[in-house]
Formats: sequence, C-alpha cells, structure tokens
Amino acid sequence: MKVKNKKVDLAEGDLTPMIDMTFQLIAFFMVLINFTQTESHEKVVLPSSKLVKPPEAPLEFPIILHVAQDGQIILGGDDYTVDTLPTGLRRELAVIRAEKKSPGDANVIIRAHQDAAAGDVQEIIAVAQEQKLERFALRAKEDRS
Amino acid sequence: MKIRREVETQKNELSMTSMIDIVFLLLIFFVMTFKIVEMEGDFSIRMPLAGDGAAADPTDLPLKLRLRADANGSLTSMSLNEINLGTDFDQLRSNVVSLIGTGAPADGEEGPELEIDTDYNLRYAYVIQSITAVSGYKDGDQVVKLIEKIKFSKPRR
Repeated sequence: MKVKNKKVDLAEGDLTPMIDMTFQLIAFFMVLINFTQTESHEKVVLPSSKLVKPPEAPLEFPIILHVAQDGQIILGGDDYTVDTLPTGLRRELAVIRAEKKSPGDANVIIRAHQDAAAGDVQEIIAVAQEQKLERFALRAKEDRS
Repeated sequence: MKIRREVETQKNELSMTSMIDIVFLLLIFFVMTFKIVEMEGDFSIRMPLAGDGAAADPTDLPLKLRLRADANGSLTSMSLNEINLGTDFDQLRSNVVSLIGTGAPADGEEGPELEIDTDYNLRYAYVIQSITAVSGYKDGDQVVKLIEKIKFSKPRR
C-alpha cells in the first residue's frame, strides 16, 4: 500500500492587529483604574441628589458609618447597633485623641441606605453628639440627570 | 575610496508568544479590577450637642420642616413653619426662597437655620430630597445656595 506523506502547511496568521487592539484595551483600563480605597459598602445604596458634588479635598479625620436598610451600622468592618455604637466611636476617638485632636475636629460621614429609616440616622447623630462629635456629612450620590 | 559591501541583513524572527501571554495577563488583571465608581458628595451638617448654658435667642429661631410618613415610610406630607406643602419638593424650595430670599448671607453671618423634624420610619431618601430642596438649586451650571445650616430635631420614637 502506498502511504502518502502529508506535509502539514503551517499558516502563520498576522497577529499585529490583535496585539494593537490588546494594547489599546490595556491602555484604556490603565487610565480608568482607580486604586483608591472606595468607601462603598454592598449593603448601602445611597440616595441621590442633584446638588452634591465630590469634595475637592478629602474630609479630615473621617469616621465612616454605613447604615444598612435594616438599621445595622457598619464601622470599620464591624457591625453595631445604636446601643453598641458608642463603643466603636470611642475606639475611633482614641485614635483621633492620640493625634492630639479633639472630637470636634473629626468628621462623621453617614452613608445611609436610601430606604433606611430617617429615625435611625437621627439616633446615630444623637449617639455621636453624646461623644462630643459635631461635624456630620450626609453622603449622597451625584444625580446628573 | 573604499566602498563597503552592504552586509546582508539577517532575518530574526522574534518569538511573540511570551509577550502575548503577558499582555493577556495584564488585560485580565485590569478587566478584573475595573470598577465603575459613582460620584458621591456630602451635605455637611454641624450639630454640636445643645448646651444648657446660654438661652437661645427667641428672635433667632430656626425654620421648622416637618416631614410625615405613612406606615410604609413613604412621604405623606411636609410642612414648613406650619405651611402645608403636600409632597412637592419644588413647592418647598419656592417657599424657602420666599421666606429667606436668594441673597447670600453677608460675611460673618451664618444665614438662616432649618430644623428637620421627621417621622421615625420615613425613608432616608426623602430626607435627602428635602435637604436638597432647601439647600439650593441649580441655575444653569451655577448652584444658588439657600440654607446651609441644617439640623435634626430629636428622633420621634
């Protein structure tokens, strides 16, 4: 029997357009990437407002409180209720005092869920006031529509 | 003059495989870490604990905004200094404008103050909407500021 010696034809595709495209994609993602620590939390959907604008400079000594829809408070990754929040706030204030600043210099950033009860936010403010905190920032997302 | 003979250029085929591998790894890294961040901003409120020292000046009382909610937390009515406004935030804004005017407070003055008294279960989004309405409005690209001093009353349990 005659065996045919088949020669495999190695066709080399032109990879240039693909590499071009890939580099453009890398450039796109590199420009848009944001390594800054975002303050978002998956349990919080912020309400929107047409007047808020991103701050030009970050707030000094921020204490970020996430308030979930059910009133659960998240501070520094730990869960609190209105009753246990003073413990967490005292811990944050100890850090601020260690930097020789007073509680009045701290900024309490409240990131409350849009469907959270307004009373829960009021209670949080009242608890923070008892810890001599007086600067509050109610966070909302920018509505550009 | 001596003429040099052109040296035959040697064709070197570079191996692209490793470069493409790295490029794809980079691409995957950037795709995976890519996150669309929504722009956020703050309404600043300065609310020190009410001291029991000096009595408040009765002529300097804040405007009172009362927000009422139904059992589901939806807004049912608003009233500004006992003027009923229904649930219309534009009407709230125009009432604030008629009460305080649009002129910015002079240097050294703090401007008018507003106290928000809300039902406990009112959805927080309505509070932000009302703060937006009383804080100012957009005139083209410019923001006209109205009330900057906002505080909350004691929570209604």
